Amino acid sequence: MTVEIEDVVRRFGATAALEGVSLTLRAGEFVALLGPSGSGKTTLLRILAGLDFPDSGRVLIAGADMAQVPARRRGVGVVFQNYALFRHMTVFENVAFGLRVRPRRFRPGNADILRRVRELLDLVQIPELAQRYPDQVSGGQRQRVALARALAIEPQLLLLDEPFGALDALVRKDVRRWLRGLHDRLGITSLLITHDQEEAMELADRVAILERGRVVQFDTPSAVMTRPATPFVAGFLGDATRLEGQVAAGVLHVARLPRAPLRVALADGPATAFLRPRDVVVTPAGRDAGNGVIRHASAAPDAQMRCVVEVNGVQLDALATNGAGWMVRGAACQVTIRGALVFGAAGPGVMAEAEAAPAE
Amino acid sequence: MSSAGQRADEDPFLVRWGLIATSLALAVVIFLLPLAAVFTEALRRGAAPALAAILEEDARAAMGLTLLVAAIAVPVNTVGGLAAAWAIAKFDFAGKRLLITLIELPFSVSPVISGLVYVLLFGAQGYLGPWLRAHDIQIIFALPGLVLATIFVTFPFVARTLVPLMQEQGRGEEEAAATLGAGGWQIFRRVTLPNVKWALISGVLLCNARAMGEFGAVSVVSGHIRGQTNTLPLHVEILYNEYMFVGAFAVASLLALLGLVTLAAKALLEALAGRRVRATA
Repeated sequence: MTVEIEDVVRRFGATAALEGVSLTLRAGEFVALLGPSGSGKTTLLRILAGLDFPDSGRVLIAGADMAQVPARRRGVGVVFQNYALFRHMTVFENVAFGLRVRPRRFRPGNADILRRVRELLDLVQIPELAQRYPDQVSGGQRQRVALARALAIEPQLLLLDEPFGALDALVRKDVRRWLRGLHDRLGITSLLITHDQEEAMELADRVAILERGRVVQFDTPSAVMTRPATPFVAGFLGDATRLEGQVAAGVLHVARLPRAPLRVALADGPATAFLRPRDVVVTPAGRDAGNGVIRHASAAPDAQMRCVVEVNGVQLDALATNGAGWMVRGAACQVTIRGALVFGAAGPGVMAEAEAAPAE
Repeated sequence: MSSAGQRADEDPFLVRWGLIATSLALAVVIFLLPLAAVFTEALRRGAAPALAAILEEDARAAMGLTLLVAAIAVPVNTVGGLAAAWAIAKFDFAGKRLLITLIELPFSVSPVISGLVYVLLFGAQGYLGPWLRAHDIQIIFALPGLVLATIFVTFPFVARTLVPLMQEQGRGEEEAAATLGAGGWQIFRRVTLPNVKWALISGVLLCNARAMGEFGAVSVVSGHIRGQTNTLPLHVEILYNEYMFVGAFAVASLLALLGLVTLAAKALLEALAGRRVRATA
């Protein structure tokens, strides 16, 4: 089922939650809506679900204008952030709810409801919890109940509002993969709302990045990662360090950075540079040698280690080869800048490359 | 360190028992002793005179009237309180704060004043008096006045019990129900109402207890016509003023028993509600 969001505006008093959002979801697509809190993600989800209505703009689901369609007639499945399970109903009754409230003509018989709820509980792998109450199951199980309940109405569009927020990190990864598998098997269209970039990148076919009520980039995960459209996207994704500098005669100059003339195809003027960990090369240096100091090294036993180095008072995230285990807090090191993503006054980011043989 | 920890524990222990003892003593002096006195006075000359006072014709009429007034006022306030609480907790609208304040008005205004207001409105010399007389409608010194005054005084009980609970529960479950295809009435009946069931019953019982025991507002609009507009609390006062102490305390005992039964019912329901949660845990 396709979803077309056209120039949707929603204001709450003087503040605008959505300032002209346009987004098109293809049938069967898994799209993540990624943005910091307060960027309007949940408002957009509520508008799609029919729990809120836009001040202007249109929402079309499967080609039909939703302006006059209330939530209960949309047939859109929603998994709410806190799950909003019916606390006085068993898990079974929670899942059966969508079937029981159907108009009499479309309501399945009791035997049919029993069968279908069992199937759904099997699908989300919690058949043994049917007679429990929501406050008697764990957070992860509650999430599965919420999902089964939303799927009971056989939605063609599924909206998920930060569904992994309440899960611990260990469970989260498994559940993510399982959910993506379920999406593929059911052939539905899904929209996931999240502020967790890792989650969005792993799950989604395309990622829409929202900044203060506007979609600033809508592309595949690899495209938004490698070609962020705005400084905001570049700063929001990854652990890039943001530094202000100048472009002069095709070379980026950033005060306090180690000497590293970075060639960049931008007009002269102020520029914003983003240094991602893999752009910063860290190698060991003897005592009183080198240009930087290790400030923090992660304890991960990987050969490639994340660390924070300090150069001329600037802290940079870096990725380094640990090798002989020399990387401890306070160790001296040599820091070389290999590249940076640079934004000029306008336009998309441009990669700046270090010259092959940096002039000493 | 450990001795300091023990000392730190000792003080709250003394404070705790001191507070508990004080509360118990106050409860005995303020609540239990007067209640015991009522029953003692009623049975001072044995059970027969007390029983006779209760079964006497005017007492039976007062009893019937009290039950009738409660039977009308309590359902009205149940529906009204539920509607008000629902509106306040689940919707945003202009005048919401005003509505909350209005609901608390009967608690802050003396019942006598609310009775007087009704006399001012509906009495023979009141604003609507001539019109009511022309249409042969009697409100003051009749059942409608008693019901109106009782409804006014007992309105907050249901609403005040429900509002905090419904506000705490939020709108999440109602919204989820809507996305699952439920209409307004289905949402209310299947989600909202079951979620507040125990609080609602508790509020209704308290409302009922007060409706049966209300004195001030009812006293003003009643006119104290024996056998016609006398409720149980008014009957107690009349008997007492006529120095018929055994009768007064016997009827008062009856009234107290009605209140105690209500409280017992409330406690029982709360225990049942608690057991359902534990039994399924």
